[in-house]
Amino acid sequence: MRSIAAVRIFCFSVLLLSCSPPAPYRSPMSQIDVHLDGEEQDLVDRLRSGDEAAYETLVRDYGGPMLAVTRRLLGNDDDARDALQDAFISAFKAIDRFQGDARLSTWLHRIAVNAALMKLRAQRRRRERPIEELMPRFTSNGHIQHDGARWVSEDDSPAEREETRRLVREKINELPDNYRTVLLLRDIEELDTRQTAEHLNVSESVVKTRLHRARLALRALLSEAFARGEA
Amino acid sequence: MNCQELIDFLIDYRAGDLPPKQREAFEQHLAKCPPCKHYLDTYCKTIDLAKRCCCCPEAPKVPQVPDELVKAILDARKKS
Repeated sequence: MRSIAAVRIFCFSVLLLSCSPPAPYRSPMSQIDVHLDGEEQDLVDRLRSGDEAAYETLVRDYGGPMLAVTRRLLGNDDDARDALQDAFISAFKAIDRFQGDARLSTWLHRIAVNAALMKLRAQRRRRERPIEELMPRFTSNGHIQHDGARWVSEDDSPAEREETRRLVREKINELPDNYRTVLLLRDIEELDTRQTAEHLNVSESVVKTRLHRARLALRALLSEAFARGEA
Repeated sequence: MNCQELIDFLIDYRAGDLPPKQREAFEQHLAKCPPCKHYLDTYCKTIDLAKRCCCCPEAPKVPQVPDELVKAILDARKKS
């Protein structure tokens, strides 16, 4: 059963840690090393020579973190598995072009993100809300219009937390694609602005603007839902 | 600083990137404007909810690739 109270307590528990500046973050993409270690170089050599066992080693040893990435970005296990398979097929095909200027795990992480983004763009969505209608509204003298939705609560069973997760995921999927992608890469996958810009082939200032607007829009969508008692 | 300007600075404020002078103006406005305080709180909660809700708490942080998926990937390689 849907419960506003449950959502409120879940949100309240989130609030306690939420507004202080975040701790420095190191994403997998930032752990760049210009040299492969001996084990990685050996694996790459074996892959390039077509060693069947090496392919299985690559999937088993490096696939776990990649599956975690595709799950985070796609939100369901079936799509995450499909994206992982797509990622490995891309990696197998590209192994001859792998320069060794980043760790193998870093290179594979990037491929997994790209595979998940491609899958995400191909997903059919129920509806997409125009970004402009989700921006905050102001009076003529610059004061914000208060939406009045209450976000805090006192109770959160596992089932109710699951309901909130479903709602939040659904609302992220209502964001226009350019904004949804930036929000997923920056706030969920925790890539930094430069890495996100590289993935999407846009400037860092575009990433920053889109992230800002995506957060404002998601906030508006959640606020609407909480005011209506969804979740 | 008015409410509209405060909203424009939210992303830098939360990232800790606001210069001291602007941060002071931001916090002065916040102290006297409950709607903006509510907006900031819910903006921060939005980010944290998104982060938490996109990660499955039951799943291990680094999952193992299931055997059947390993097999599917290796089979797909042979067909590709």
